[in-house]
Amino acid sequence: MKKSSKLAPISLVVCLVVMAIGFDKAMTAPTEATMGNLYRVFFYHFPHTILSFLFPYLNCGASLLYLVWRKSNPERAAKADAFAIASCEITVLYTTIGLATGMLWGRAAWGIWWTWDARLTTYLLLWLLYVSYLLLRRMSHSTSTALLAAVLGIFAAVDIPICFESIRWWRTQHPAPVFGGGSDAGIDPSMYSAVWWNLIAFALWGAFLLGCRYALERRRQALDEASAYDLLDAQEVR
Amino acid sequence: MSYLDHVLAHLRKDLRIEWRTKDSINGMLFFTLLVTVVFSLAFDPTAYPSIARQISGGLLWVGLLFAAMTALNQSWARELRNGSLEAQRLAPSPASALFIGKALANFLFVTAVELILAPVFTLFYNLHPLGDAWMLAIIMPLGTWALVCNGTFFAALGLRARNRELLLPLLLFPITMPCLLAAVQATTAVLTGDFPATLWLKVLIAYAIIFTTVCVLTFDLILQAD
Repeated sequence: MKKSSKLAPISLVVCLVVMAIGFDKAMTAPTEATMGNLYRVFFYHFPHTILSFLFPYLNCGASLLYLVWRKSNPERAAKADAFAIASCEITVLYTTIGLATGMLWGRAAWGIWWTWDARLTTYLLLWLLYVSYLLLRRMSHSTSTALLAAVLGIFAAVDIPICFESIRWWRTQHPAPVFGGGSDAGIDPSMYSAVWWNLIAFALWGAFLLGCRYALERRRQALDEASAYDLLDAQEVR
Repeated sequence: MSYLDHVLAHLRKDLRIEWRTKDSINGMLFFTLLVTVVFSLAFDPTAYPSIARQISGGLLWVGLLFAAMTALNQSWARELRNGSLEAQRLAPSPASALFIGKALANFLFVTAVELILAPVFTLFYNLHPLGDAWMLAIIMPLGTWALVCNGTFFAALGLRARNRELLLPLLLFPITMPCLLAAVQATTAVLTGDFPATLWLKVLIAYAIIFTTVCVLTFDLILQAD
């Protein structure tokens, strides 16, 4: 706990500095030809959506580790479970921001807030999946909650590739992949630095939030454990 | 006993219980019939034949999904009575055999509902498929299996939770949406004949294979959870 509490202010400062640079780059990048200043929301939409495809896999990985260590190493399993909760909540947060910025952009660019095309639908699905994960954790209050949530985490992760590939499988209203797409995909090189700085900034910010949430969950676990032991002690005295 | 014997034993047991009570089938049948009537009140399909053709695939699958939901919790609640789920956990038979047996039983129940319902549905909505009608013989069982397999799994997952009746749809709907989408689109493709059903059929097949595998691999964890 000590080491991490010393580390937290430093990483917060680093995060804020990189985010400030990212903000500066995003606001000073050249104006886009067809959409004008409006396109600047891209610098926030893109990092959040890309990262919201990454955090679910951290959740899945932590869920698998929980299942592996569940019997053999309860302490490590508890850590994996705390990490799974933290990464799921960051997934929901980033997906929400991805949806919100996407809708803002869609309203301005297409004239509608929402359309049921494959990319948007599957992205909403990603959000729904991880909200249902949080609901399961809330509604099942027993010792098996972590196990059930871990299994659901695996199921949810299986669905994500379907979503990620959706813009490659179906011709949609959402633009084709900007990076790693076809020959006419990609953006002007003058905008690269803004994209990469913001991607790094929000990756760091996500990692920072993840660390905080993880530490919080670990403390909650310790508290639960302590109160359980107190209860046992009280019974023994009686 | 071989693995197949275990599966068949579970299947026989579930079929026998259902045969004696007929709770699930009657419930599902009446429920889907009601859904059909409610939807026809809402959309008046006979007045607009082309719209009826376009939406009836969706209506059918949504009705079946809701109907299956009423039966899925029931199918595990039976096992809780008299502590027979505890006995299953102690039994030397593999956990996945129990799962496959129950999923197969639920699959047969929903299929029975479909067989009884299909003529009613065609009659009420004035349907005659414009695409390759024989493809429905692949789409319907495949979609039903994907639906029921995940449904059986998640009903077991939420079995010990507070208000499990609420938890099942909350967990199952997000997971099962790709399958529902593929099934609806494939059925619509057959009914309207506007576009080929093959892509959606492929999605459905991939979905069924992937999720059946995940269910079978992880069911032991769910059964042993305490």
